Amino acid sequence: MTTFLVAMVIAGTPLLFATLGELLTEKSGNLNLGVEGMMLIGAVAGFGAGYTTGNPLLAIMGAALAGGLAALIYAFLTVTLRANQVVSGLALTIFGAGVSSFVGTNFIGKKMPVEVISAFVKIKIPLLGDIPVIGDVLFNQDYFVYMGYMIAIVIGIYLYNTRFGLSLRAIGENPSAADSSGINVTVYKYVHIIVGGALCGMGGAYLAVVAVPQWQDNITAGRGWIAIALVIFVKWNPYLAIFGSYLFGGLSIIGFRLQHLNISPQFFDALPYLVTIVVLVISSIRKSKEDSPPKGLGEPYFREER
Amino acid sequence: MNNQVFVRMEDICKTFGTVKANDHINFEVNKGEIHALLGENGAGKSTLMNMLSGIYKPDSGSIYIHNQETKIGSPKESIEKGIGMIHQHYKLVEVQTAKDNVILGQTGSIFLRPKKLSEKLTKIVAQFGLSVEPDKKIYDMSIGEKQSVEILKVLYRGADILIMDEPTAVLTPQETKKLFKIMRNMASEGCAIIIITHKLHEVMEISDRVTVLHKGATVGTLSTKDTSPRELTDLMVGKSVNLSINRPEVERGEVLLSLHHLNAIDNNNVKVLKDMSFKLYKGEILGVAGVAGSGQKELCETIAGLYPVTSGDIIYSGENIVGKSPREIIKKGIAMSFVPEDRLGMGLVASMDMIDNYLLKEHHNQKGFMIKRGPIEKVCERMVEQLEIKTPSVHHPVKQLSGGNIQKVLIGREIDSNPQVLVTAYVVRGLDIGASHTIYDLLNEEKKKGVGILFIGEDLDVLLELCDRIVVLCQGEITGVVRAKDTTKEEVGYMMAGERIEGQVVAL
Repeated sequence: MTTFLVAMVIAGTPLLFATLGELLTEKSGNLNLGVEGMMLIGAVAGFGAGYTTGNPLLAIMGAALAGGLAALIYAFLTVTLRANQVVSGLALTIFGAGVSSFVGTNFIGKKMPVEVISAFVKIKIPLLGDIPVIGDVLFNQDYFVYMGYMIAIVIGIYLYNTRFGLSLRAIGENPSAADSSGINVTVYKYVHIIVGGALCGMGGAYLAVVAVPQWQDNITAGRGWIAIALVIFVKWNPYLAIFGSYLFGGLSIIGFRLQHLNISPQFFDALPYLVTIVVLVISSIRKSKEDSPPKGLGEPYFREER
Repeated sequence: MNNQVFVRMEDICKTFGTVKANDHINFEVNKGEIHALLGENGAGKSTLMNMLSGIYKPDSGSIYIHNQETKIGSPKESIEKGIGMIHQHYKLVEVQTAKDNVILGQTGSIFLRPKKLSEKLTKIVAQFGLSVEPDKKIYDMSIGEKQSVEILKVLYRGADILIMDEPTAVLTPQETKKLFKIMRNMASEGCAIIIITHKLHEVMEISDRVTVLHKGATVGTLSTKDTSPRELTDLMVGKSVNLSINRPEVERGEVLLSLHHLNAIDNNNVKVLKDMSFKLYKGEILGVAGVAGSGQKELCETIAGLYPVTSGDIIYSGENIVGKSPREIIKKGIAMSFVPEDRLGMGLVASMDMIDNYLLKEHHNQKGFMIKRGPIEKVCERMVEQLEIKTPSVHHPVKQLSGGNIQKVLIGREIDSNPQVLVTAYVVRGLDIGASHTIYDLLNEEKKKGVGILFIGEDLDVLLELCDRIVVLCQGEITGVVRAKDTTKEEVGYMMAGERIEGQVVAL
C-alpha cells in the first residue's frame, strides 16, 4: 500500500505543477487551454538543457523559462491584442506539441545523464521522514516533489493572505472594480499568466527529466487536459490542488497495480479521463458562489467598453 | 458655512473628435457642501467628472484641488488627491467580503491584517452613520448596503471630495432617505460632495448649490434655495418645456390579459414570482413598480413565453398562453420591449443595422426562402422619420446610435407590429427629459388605440404620472395594486419595501 501511495505522489507531481500553473492563470481571469502545449515545451526544453549541460538546476530553469515564454505568446495575444482566449490556448497546445516533436527528434531514445538523475534521487527529510506511511509518502521523495507541494502552499498563502493575492482574485472576479481601485490589471495578468506557464513547463520537465527519464514523443500524453479539469475539481483552491493531483496521479497508475484482476488495461488507461468527465459533470451541477470559477474568466478586459 | 474651496475647475475644454464635450466649463465646490451637477444626457457631466477621477485629461483649462493647481493623470493619482468616485454601477467583487473590497488596491504591508482593519472600519462606519458589516459577503447584501460599501471604500481611502454618479437610481425612496442622511453627515464632517443626477426633486431636497450644464457649457451655478424645478428644467433643456406627463383619459375596455396565481422559480430554486395575479385592460397603462430585481424581468419574460412557469395561468383572449412558444405569442399580438441595464443585451443585435434587426421579428411572415429587404427598408425609413431617430441611415449598425435612439428603434419595432398587448420595461432608462417625453407620447398614442400596456419603470414620479394603475412588487410578490391618481410616492415606497397597506391590496 505504501509503495502505491509513494508512486501516486510521483505520478501526481507533474499534474500538481500544471494544475497550479493553470489555477494561477485562471485566477487572473484568463482561461489558458495551452497547458498541454506548455508542458510539452517545458519537457523538451528541460530535457534538452539537462541532456546537453548535465546540470539539474539548468534543466529546471530551462523548462520554466520555456513554459513562461510560451505563456508570454498567449498573454500577448489575449491581454494586449484581446484575442479569443479559447482559440489562443488551443493554438498554443498545437504549437507546443509541434515544437516539442520537432526539437525532440534529436533526443529520441536518449537518456538523462547520471549527474542530473542523481540530483533527483529520493532524499529523506530528517524526523518527518520517520513518520510511518506519511513519512515515506511525503517526506522521502525527490526535490521536485517537495518543490511541488511547497509551491502549492506558497501560492495558497499568496492568494488568501497577501495584498497581491487579494488584488489578483479581484481581477479575476471583476477587473473593472480592480482597475478603479488603482490596480494595474494588465501587469497582473501578464505576470500570473507567465508564472503559470513556467509552472506548467516544470510539470512537463518532471516527466522528461525525473519520472521517465528518457525522451519520448508526446511525453505528457494528455496530462495537460487533466490539469485543466483538475482546476475545476479542486475549486480553484491551491491547497486542494495537492490532494486532487495526487488522487489523479493514483488513478493513472492504478492499472499496473491491479493487473492481476484481469480487467482490461485499456479500461485503466481510460480511467483518469472517465473520472475527469464525471468531475466536470458533478462540478457543473454543484452550484455555490464560493466554488464557482472567477467571474471574469474568459472575458477580455477593456477599460472603456460600452 | 465654511467657504474653503475644495475643487475649482476653470475654463475646462475637452473635445472628442469633432464633438465638443466640454466647452469652457467653470465649476467650483466648497468644503462641507453638497453640490448637484445637472444636465441632460450628453451635456458633459460625466466627461467633466471623469477629468476629476483621472480617466480623461482636459485639452485646456486648469483644475485646482485644495487651492493647488493639479494635473490628474490616472485614477490612482486622483485617489491620492482625496477624490473618490462612487460609480453608478458598483465596482465590487461579489464573492469577497466588504472588508476585502475596501482594502483592495491599497498599499501597505504585504500581508493582510484583518483585525486591525476591522477596527478602523468600525470607526469610520460609526463616524458617518453607515450601516456595513465588514465581514458580510457582497452577494448577500441589498443594493443599499452595497452602496454603503462603495462609500466606505472611498472614505477609507481618506477622500474628502466625493463624486456620486446617479446614486439614487436603484434605491427605494426609504433607502434614498437614508443615503441623504449619510450624505449630510459626510458634508458636516467636512467633505465636499458632488452629486450627478437628473432627478430634479432630489436636487431640490439634498443640494446646497446646483450647476447646470447644457450642451457642454455651463449655464450657471445657482443656490438651491433660490431656484425652482421649473427654472432648472428650462436651463437644463435650453428652452421652456412642459414638465408634466400627459395621462389621456381613455375608457377602460375589456380584460385583455389576466394572470392567475403565477409562480416561477430560478436556477437556484428560489421563487422569483410568487402567486402573482392581476388583470390588464384594453386602453390602460398598467405600471409595475419595485426595487430592481423584484421579479420584473421574470414577469416580462413569462408573458413573452421566454421563462418557464411552475404553476398558474396567463389568459389572453380566452386562451391560456402558458407553454406557448415566443413566436406563437408574438403572432397573437403580444409584443415586448425590454431595455436591459446595458441597453443592448436583449431584443436588438448591436452589430446589425435597423433593417436586419427589424427582420429578426419579421422574416417568418415573409414568403419564400430568401429574405426581402426592400419593403422593410421603407418601413424603417418611415420609423426614422416618425420617431425622429437620429441615424446616418437605416443601414447603420444600431450600436453606433446613441442610447436614446437605440431605445426608439426597439420600441418603434414593437409598436409597428400593431400589438394588442405591449410589455415595456425600462424604456426610458438613461434617457433625458426630451427623449423620455417622446416615448411617453408614443405609449399614450397606443393607449388611445386601445392597446393594453404593461409599463415596468424605475422612476416612481413617472409611474405615478403616466400610469392608470400601478402593481407594486416586492421579491416576486405583489404587495399592492393601486390607482395612480389616489396614491402617494411614500405609500408605493412602503409597498416596494414589502409592507402591505390596508385596503390597497385589492386587485382593482
